[in-house]
Amino acid sequence: MLRDTLKTLLNAWGPSGNEHNVAEEIKALLGGHVDAIRTDAMGNLIVEKYGQDDNAKRIMISAHMDHIGMVVTAIEKEGFLRVAPVGGLSLKASEYRHVVFENGVEGVLLSQPVQNGEPKVKDLFIDIGAADREEALSMVQVGDFAVYAPHVFPLGKHRIAAPAMYDRCACALLVELLLYAEDQKNTIVGVFSTQEELGLRGARVAAFAEEPDIGLALDVTGWGDTPENKLPDLKLGAGPAVKIMDAYMVASPMVRDALFEAADLADVAVQREVLPYGGTDGAAIQHSRGGVPTGTLSIPCRYVHSACETIDMRDMEGALKILLQFVNLI
Amino acid sequence: MDLKTLTELNGISGDEGRVRRALMEAARPHCDEVSIDRSGNLICKKKGADPSLPEVLFAAHMDEVGFIIAGYTDDGLLRIRSVGGIDPRVIVSKWVLVGPDRLPGVIGAMAIHLQTMADRKKVLDYDGLYIDIGAKDKAEAEKLAPLGTYAAFDTAYTPFGEGMVIAKALDDRVGCYNLLRLLQGNYPCDITCCFVTQEEVGLRGSIGAAYGSQVEVALVFEGTAANDLGDVPESQRVCQVGYGVAVSFMDGASVGNRELFKLLPALAESAGIPCQIKQGVTGGNDAGSFQYGGDTGAGTARTMVLSVPCRYIHSGASVAALSDIDAQLHLAQEYLNNL
Repeated sequence: MLRDTLKTLLNAWGPSGNEHNVAEEIKALLGGHVDAIRTDAMGNLIVEKYGQDDNAKRIMISAHMDHIGMVVTAIEKEGFLRVAPVGGLSLKASEYRHVVFENGVEGVLLSQPVQNGEPKVKDLFIDIGAADREEALSMVQVGDFAVYAPHVFPLGKHRIAAPAMYDRCACALLVELLLYAEDQKNTIVGVFSTQEELGLRGARVAAFAEEPDIGLALDVTGWGDTPENKLPDLKLGAGPAVKIMDAYMVASPMVRDALFEAADLADVAVQREVLPYGGTDGAAIQHSRGGVPTGTLSIPCRYVHSACETIDMRDMEGALKILLQFVNLI
Repeated sequence: MDLKTLTELNGISGDEGRVRRALMEAARPHCDEVSIDRSGNLICKKKGADPSLPEVLFAAHMDEVGFIIAGYTDDGLLRIRSVGGIDPRVIVSKWVLVGPDRLPGVIGAMAIHLQTMADRKKVLDYDGLYIDIGAKDKAEAEKLAPLGTYAAFDTAYTPFGEGMVIAKALDDRVGCYNLLRLLQGNYPCDITCCFVTQEEVGLRGSIGAAYGSQVEVALVFEGTAANDLGDVPESQRVCQVGYGVAVSFMDGASVGNRELFKLLPALAESAGIPCQIKQGVTGGNDAGSFQYGGDTGAGTARTMVLSVPCRYIHSGASVAALSDIDAQLHLAQEYLNNL
């Protein structure tokens, strides 16, 4: 079930560059249900489900496993940890947050007062309850990564909030697509990608190596339906969004229109996404080698890059129906 | 070839020919195959004893930061731009060598006698700094240093203190020096040593090297910024000269492979090689090219950066410890011998 898969993936620990736990969960979910599964040097998990058509196209569908976090850069003699951001960490969303390391060590993320002006991300530190450096070193090392502690909770009947929703909701969709697609026309090359938050790095490598015929990124997008937030003009629960363009990509018309057609066939309402900022793995695939026709299907998500990224499960269910049509259509 | 010779050669990004020729001559006797690719990278291959082991790639960049002649004043001074990141505050009154014939020059500024109080507070930038090569007018300057001529810091390699050196271009001739020394040994696996171009202007040469190599493991030899003097708090020192080779968990261009990040410091400890963790994430280097190929996606390797800490990096005079330089080589050898 989509909801269960999503919860499993939301609870996996995996900041950018450290996605192996997420990959293990996905492998366990997919085991026995796909035709090929491999991991590359970047940690991308690449899963294939072969198409039945003699002229089956290879459709690379990418969802990234990583999410934002922080990395320990130094340990103070009083036992506090200095950190640097991994991906687009904001101060506002980070102060007083519960964080967790891969080995289970927990901490609180705080900012120090500064002499002039307001604290910035570089002024964040972690309190892990250590009395001094020696005790801290028995718990963590310089170079250890941390994330907002997993915490999945429902909001009303249809919505779910959690850190890492961006982009584990897309990973859940891709897992379910690979599980439910049966005898589909085209070959699905599912790429659970790495280091998206640091510049679409994993997807670039996967697109280069896989040389797909068609590309599709699954990702979240912004929201315009909370007080004084008007753009992008997207609402939670009004359907997944077909990307027209963002700051890094104009969706290839052929793929964009196939997504609209798939939505019609699946009888799912979709929104049209024009995002004035940001980019997805779609850009990396589209610009790979000699160019790959590529689109993006997005899940509207509130409070992106916070510990309470919120989506509506109705958009997820609609997206899955569209994807099941899409892999037969194009 | 010694480090003195290597640092005293001028090879600013895009003009690595002299450094490449010297390295090629020194490397050739120790290699099975030597070639130059279309990005100008020097690729040296050496066979290992056990052909079943995967090849390991090493990289160091040949280029250094410097200047390029971008215009002239009517009275014959050379207008300049930096090639790579150089803080204009560190270049005033420095000796430079201009062009292939190493014409002496100096980056001048107004004498203190002539400055107003306001002048003294002003930071000079590249629009207000010139190279004086003694030309009598614009025409002579153009003839001696045509547009696009490179200029490099003129710094003699100088040992000082206990096992320390002052030199220019330690970033990354220390890496080149160690790759040469690495090639002189014998290892179980095949190794490829890439001396790459144009790192300082955006990791450009290494992208071609990554595309051409497609290896599983790449170790990058770098010089990196130490911030270990004066009142800098311990948590901001990044790395410290004399404390060993610095291993990186992450920087602006790559996230170090987690297995290598655990393995290499452990190998260093068991072999008694001085090693430190680089405590900072700023900057970026060729590891990004070998890991994911920059914008091309042509990367294939698990990567790790092994750096020699350098003080005053990207200036005319940086400082490193010979023991750290040795540690970089020894850790790489330890890795190869324990595959």
